[in-house]
Amino acid sequence: MTNTLHRFGPAESFRDDYVVFAIASRGKNEQGALPKLRRFLEMAVPFKPVNLGDAVHGGALRPCKSLNPTSHWNREEKPDFQAVINGLDSQCTVAAVFDNRVAAEDFVKAVREAELGLSINISTSIDNAEQCCFAAGIPRHSVGYSLGFEGKTEKLPDDNVMMLSTMCGHGMVSHSLAKKMIDWVKEGRRTPEQAASYLTRFCSCGIFNPSRAKRILEAASHGEHI
Amino acid sequence: MKINPNKCVACGNCTYVCPMGAIYIDPVIHRATINRDECVECYSCYNGLSQEHLNPAFVRFVRKTFQKLRIRFDPEPDVCPTGAFEPDELTWPRVVRRAFSDPRVPHESTGVHGRGTEEVKTNDVSGRVKVGEVGFTIEFGRPGVGVRFRDIEKMSTTLARAGVAFEKKNPVTSLMSDISQGKIREDILDEKVLSAILEIKVPVARTEEIIRLVKEVEKEVDTPVALGVGARCDEHGEENVVAPILEKMGYNLARAKTNIGLGRITNVEAPPQQVQETVGAAK
Repeated sequence: MTNTLHRFGPAESFRDDYVVFAIASRGKNEQGALPKLRRFLEMAVPFKPVNLGDAVHGGALRPCKSLNPTSHWNREEKPDFQAVINGLDSQCTVAAVFDNRVAAEDFVKAVREAELGLSINISTSIDNAEQCCFAAGIPRHSVGYSLGFEGKTEKLPDDNVMMLSTMCGHGMVSHSLAKKMIDWVKEGRRTPEQAASYLTRFCSCGIFNPSRAKRILEAASHGEHI
Repeated sequence: MKINPNKCVACGNCTYVCPMGAIYIDPVIHRATINRDECVECYSCYNGLSQEHLNPAFVRFVRKTFQKLRIRFDPEPDVCPTGAFEPDELTWPRVVRRAFSDPRVPHESTGVHGRGTEEVKTNDVSGRVKVGEVGFTIEFGRPGVGVRFRDIEKMSTTLARAGVAFEKKNPVTSLMSDISQGKIREDILDEKVLSAILEIKVPVARTEEIIRLVKEVEKEVDTPVALGVGARCDEHGEENVVAPILEKMGYNLARAKTNIGLGRITNVEAPPQQVQETVGAAK
């Protein structure tokens, strides 16, 4: 899963984007990992993440399979972190997303002290991750650089759509929906918060950052490119 | 995936959410229809859309009435009002599409969800990429374009000719009929998936050569390619070996995934030698 690696945008655009995730490795430390993964999620909540999720059930804002028609007027847009924690029933990658450095740093410190024994990764700009490690007193073990997109890039949409859709590296947030949401905010049909919520629900592992999405939608609706 | 024509009300919401743009409203039958050749079975429509279970006849009547009055109905854009999507029973080779496109389905070959790879995410316990080595992830089809295995094979055969070894614990490697030549099974070559990753590892000295090779093949591949480069940091957490090579080649390194080395081998049956090696490395 290079799900979080290839988020599109300049380094500065990741100032409010910190994905911290935990993963167990088959044959190494997956035995008894489930309670540790759940502990990771529980530990994140006090640091006020903007999303929380697991790779099987999704994030803290999910689609509903039996929606009440009245929801068109009063849709639930608050993330439900407890549902993510309670719903974790199998070993998979779990993630917490933060929109500020202090929260991410404090969470990483807490994870270090908890000694879960799981592999922990931070996906953000290279500088952001280095600062997090420095603050937590942890030397980086390994780094996976994104070299971005090459080849037939003429098949890709504009920068704003790319920044939104690549926040789900699995590709569940389509270019068309991202473009539609930019247009809807531009037309005043939806607020940036509402549009970000629609996009968030499509991310199937909870690593979409609604806070960054809101900022991009606001800027894009004014014709700006970040 | 299929859409039940008795339920579909042609609201068009699903046409926007399909990452492949494979859903359209058929002008003859006035129902949403899936282009099966382009559909990668990612289940984004089925899993991502919320569902109401309204009476289709009632919804069609309301929509037609509003349309005649030129009134814009402005419902939620991420809802299928009648729950019209119905998963297909997938058989070989089409089932490969879902395995590589629906992130909720773990790959049988690795047990990992998403694209099924661990890369340097678990390097602190796997020791997959060691000092002096570089791990490459060469990803095809992302974002939102898709790829057929025939295109991936162009890259894998070229890399194989260059004497590169493919990561064994990788879903694409598991579908190769001849790993030494990078040949992928003939029966899946035309299958389209949302994205797939080739993983290789080479000595640091080959970094530039491999990137130039990949760039050459990219010209023949009908989809974008996303390159990831994994490296081991030194005991101080510094990585001053691979980054300078990449920067010299003109890459502006902005984003990375950083393994912070907190993983420990805890499985009871893990070989003692590996425990010693990686626990030491993780410090």
